[in-house]
Amino acid sequence: MKKIHWGVVLAGVAVGLAALILTAMGNPANMGFCIACFLRDIAGACGMHSAAKVQYVRPEIIGLVLGAFIMSVAGKEFRARAGSSPATRFVLGTVVMVGALAFLGCPLRMVLRLGGGDLNALVGLVGFFIGILIGVACLKRGFSLKRSYEVGAAEGGVLPSVMAALLILVLAVPTLFKFSEAGPGSMRAPFWIALVIALVVGALAQKSRLCMVGGLRDAVMLGDFHLLYGFAAIFVVTVIGNLAMDRFHLGFALQPVAHSAHLWNLLGMVLAGWGSVLLGGCPLRQLILAAQGNGDSAVTVFGMIVGAALAHNFGLAGNPDSKNEAGQLVVGGISNAGKVAVIAGLVVLLVIALWNMPKKEAAK
Amino acid sequence: MIDARGYSCPMPVVMVQNEVKKGAPDTLEVLVDSQTCVENVTRFAEKQGYRVACASEGGDFRLTLKK
Repeated sequence: MKKIHWGVVLAGVAVGLAALILTAMGNPANMGFCIACFLRDIAGACGMHSAAKVQYVRPEIIGLVLGAFIMSVAGKEFRARAGSSPATRFVLGTVVMVGALAFLGCPLRMVLRLGGGDLNALVGLVGFFIGILIGVACLKRGFSLKRSYEVGAAEGGVLPSVMAALLILVLAVPTLFKFSEAGPGSMRAPFWIALVIALVVGALAQKSRLCMVGGLRDAVMLGDFHLLYGFAAIFVVTVIGNLAMDRFHLGFALQPVAHSAHLWNLLGMVLAGWGSVLLGGCPLRQLILAAQGNGDSAVTVFGMIVGAALAHNFGLAGNPDSKNEAGQLVVGGISNAGKVAVIAGLVVLLVIALWNMPKKEAAK
Repeated sequence: MIDARGYSCPMPVVMVQNEVKKGAPDTLEVLVDSQTCVENVTRFAEKQGYRVACASEGGDFRLTLKK
């Protein structure tokens, strides 16, 4: 293995270990990290939706952004840029979030779920791969959200500033926010431990360019498996860790914060994978890029937060499997509104893809 | 010369890939504006048999690819 791969492997190992520690210390099972779920929790904590079970100011998100920001400044990689189709990116962020919440997890949590034996995530991975193949086909036909441009440093510092403000506010005036008393939002690793772990992971993710969608995209499109090593490292570490802690449960039904409605797991991740390729990176990568000065990625993150709020206000997000009073399995899934939203999301991605491909005359 | 400044991942590599597909020139210059793009283009170019030299120009990077 070339030396260049060790950085991304180390980052993958760190993410896997961090996820195991956070889960052991209180986060929901197979949810040491989940960018979609945690942005959704933050949206809920700020009152943007009223799903009482998923409201918490997740220090993991704050830590990831601030850790990546500090590392990018220290490494002289912070560079304020913006202007690459920001409104389109906002919509893409919203759509990716609808897909991820239909599946109940971002691409990173998909890998963590796989590492816990959740076979629904394997279905999600198939969908994710299909989405990436569609996205790669778009790129090969010339899809582009065009160039970004140099902007003032303040523009590049928007997301780190927002996260720093959120940190100060949650510490100084916690009563401003809503905190779940039951459900996934109530399951939390200790605040400071989660924050410190996320700072480290954010810094490593910035340095290593770790990206879930980039791994598969580059492998398919360029024969470049570099980022895929990180993806594989997370999986291997979480499988070993979960087996060691007796938390590995192979199967489909009743997996933690997951449903076994296969078609919608698959289509949700098609949406997340395709949308992420069009954006140029997975939700984790969008956080990291925004932290290192990319204003377009900051807009994408805001789109994801709005997407999370919409997903819960309109009942689009997935419902986990459960047991009824007689102890029988009740398969979760998504509502009819959620199904319509996923299909509509695919149509939106198709329209965006077609709009941003070169016209025939220009392509000649 | 390929000016890939301002394009996000993986567009700079795709632009180089398209140029290589057109006829694998012996020398190719690529302008990018981030360390990530430098790494991605370098990795791709080296796989295609190019030697890559990188020069920093202000905040940008000029990559010279030679067979």
